[in-house]
Amino acid sequence: MSGPAPATPPASLFGATSAPLPRPAADGGAPLVRVQQLVKHFPITRGIIIRRSVGAVKAVDDVSFEIRSGETLGLVGETGCGKSTTARLITRLLEPTSGRIEFSGNDITHLRGSKLKAIRREVQMIFQDPYSSLNPRKTIGSIIGEPFAIHGLLKDKGERKREVQRLMETVGLNPEHYNRYPHEFSGGQRQRIGVARALALQPKLLIADEPVSALDVSIQAQVLNLLRDLQRRLGLTIVFIAHDLSVVRHMCDRVAVMYLGKIVEIGGNDELYDFPRHPYTAALLAAVPHADPARHGEQRPVLSGDVPSPANPPQACRFHTRCPKAQELCSTKEPVLEDKGSGTIAACHFPLSHEEVAGMGVRSAR
Amino acid sequence: MSAAAPSPRGEPLLRVEDLRVEFPGEDGIVHAVDGITYQVFPGRTLGIVGESGSGKTVSSLTALGLTRRQGARISGRILFDGQDLLSLPEDKLRAIRGNDIAMIFQDPLSSLHPLYKVGRQLIEAVRAHRDVSRAAARERAVELLDLVGIPDPARRVDEYPHEFSGGMRQRVMIAMALANEPRLLFADEPTTALDVTVQAQILMLMERLQRELGMAIVMITHDLGVVAEMADDIAVMYAGRIVETSSAARLFATPEHPYTWGLLKSIPRLDGPREQDLVPIPGTPPSLINPPSGCHFHPRCPYAQPEHSRIDPALEPVPDEDQHHVACLLDSSTRKGLWEQLQAGNTPEQALAEVAAAEGAAT
Repeated sequence: MSGPAPATPPASLFGATSAPLPRPAADGGAPLVRVQQLVKHFPITRGIIIRRSVGAVKAVDDVSFEIRSGETLGLVGETGCGKSTTARLITRLLEPTSGRIEFSGNDITHLRGSKLKAIRREVQMIFQDPYSSLNPRKTIGSIIGEPFAIHGLLKDKGERKREVQRLMETVGLNPEHYNRYPHEFSGGQRQRIGVARALALQPKLLIADEPVSALDVSIQAQVLNLLRDLQRRLGLTIVFIAHDLSVVRHMCDRVAVMYLGKIVEIGGNDELYDFPRHPYTAALLAAVPHADPARHGEQRPVLSGDVPSPANPPQACRFHTRCPKAQELCSTKEPVLEDKGSGTIAACHFPLSHEEVAGMGVRSAR
Repeated sequence: MSAAAPSPRGEPLLRVEDLRVEFPGEDGIVHAVDGITYQVFPGRTLGIVGESGSGKTVSSLTALGLTRRQGARISGRILFDGQDLLSLPEDKLRAIRGNDIAMIFQDPLSSLHPLYKVGRQLIEAVRAHRDVSRAAARERAVELLDLVGIPDPARRVDEYPHEFSGGMRQRVMIAMALANEPRLLFADEPTTALDVTVQAQILMLMERLQRELGMAIVMITHDLGVVAEMADDIAVMYAGRIVETSSAARLFATPEHPYTWGLLKSIPRLDGPREQDLVPIPGTPPSLINPPSGCHFHPRCPYAQPEHSRIDPALEPVPDEDQHHVACLLDSSTRKGLWEQLQAGNTPEQALAEVAAAEGAAT
């Protein structure tokens, strides 16, 4: 036989049989995280002996937003837009260049040592690649139990094992596989191991960075349902990072769209997908292929060109070089994020009208 | 249904018959492709859909003779324009590969040589099959870059692959594939490594080129959105076999195989209801060394009956629909009932109960 017997998780975990449960009230929640004018520049250096800085990749450039307690916030955008860097700044895996990050009302921007460690207990991360994010030489029991060891919790061996097995059950793994190694699991099961490890310390905030993009289609749905179910049951706050707009729509309450280190539009899921105001949001939505051959051959606007280099982003509005609506103002004055009257907040001098959005073939269920 | 598409048929350009590809390995024989049959017609696009390890890539590599060196055991026939590619000697095959049949791969960076200028690589592709001067081949290279929408081609022909972005590299790969105006193009996940906006550009480019050059395309992908947009016909592969094949319109409207249902129901859609949970396919893809007995899909199929683990279904036409084939042991009327239930938002268990009740009432 090859591989392990597929673990059969409790049926309810798959959520397939459960009627839609009420979602936590996202609007009423106080902000768990508040990010203000966050900046991260990575220096570009020249020279081997005498290193000098010749420029900077402006990965995240003046980003402000809130994450409300109990919500799922989606961060979307193309490669290099700064979505993963933003997540790493919130978890303090990267040191911000400037700006401020508040967690539960406390400034955590420059915490160090034991205070930083205390925050790390509250914020956990799930990574994209379930192969490289698990140590191949450790059993999954010790991988999932590692957070307890780091934080000096559950020192009693038997107690720790019981807790790890309970976690394994929560994410739909067979607790008897406690002593197996990562290579004995399939991609989807490994991603479950990553989820169990992230949940071990009962964090308040879970950051999922492209958690399903390395998985096969049939397995993706298992992991997405698991995350959705866990959120409902445990009241987690999740930051969900993905490039797949359909997946983000399925998972998130609110969505922030990033382009070249800036948030260009942020808003509630329904508003953003049905009435996008920023031309970039609409272009992203129009570019998603639909699993519906009836729409085969439908003409849709396609953005020309590529994303410019974040080391040398365009002046003023960063999207103006590719924007179909750009005018002179766009290359001289940077637009600010403001309410555009349809429920989303967008940074654009010439926001789209309902008619323009309809004309781009952006169509969802409503 | 809308009016039937005009019959595409006529003579197929490529006919794959009962193709089997096995790789002997340390742990046993990997049955990568397990008896597949399909046809591709001139000017049309066949989408081959499946997950990793379903054999979709190996089947097309084999058509190009690219699995020969890996010690693969190959049987069956691959008829291109009447010639069996499998029995052709290497030098004859080389004359066809890159000339009449071309291929684009998933990762444009690793398919281009990093130390040679793209122009040189394009010139090589042209001169491999055409007896033309270096200067003429270079002119052709510039023309090709222009054809695939690379701005300022006369300058960029002298740049190295690392100077191109991901989307531009994929355009270079397409230019190289088109160098000798192939009649058949295999595109293996051509947009998987690209961002959505660039993906849309590349798909539009491929459609335009197909219209202009009239070539047939075999599009290999796991993305149902991409096949829906590109393909005229679709073959769904699972564990080395084709489990369902039909026109794209029919496959999305009235799919007949439980695996196809699973694929369609496990992707979130931009235009679907948000609150509905996804219906994952339980379990994991099977081992190709020890594939399950009977119907290969039975361990993951919510509708499997005990005898399905013994009987191996053949790919047979759906009643009254000779262009739609499916390999499933369920009764056709049962399948139609189940799909209706799934479409109504029921889970597989509910659908099964409903259909059983309806069938009980009928008898």
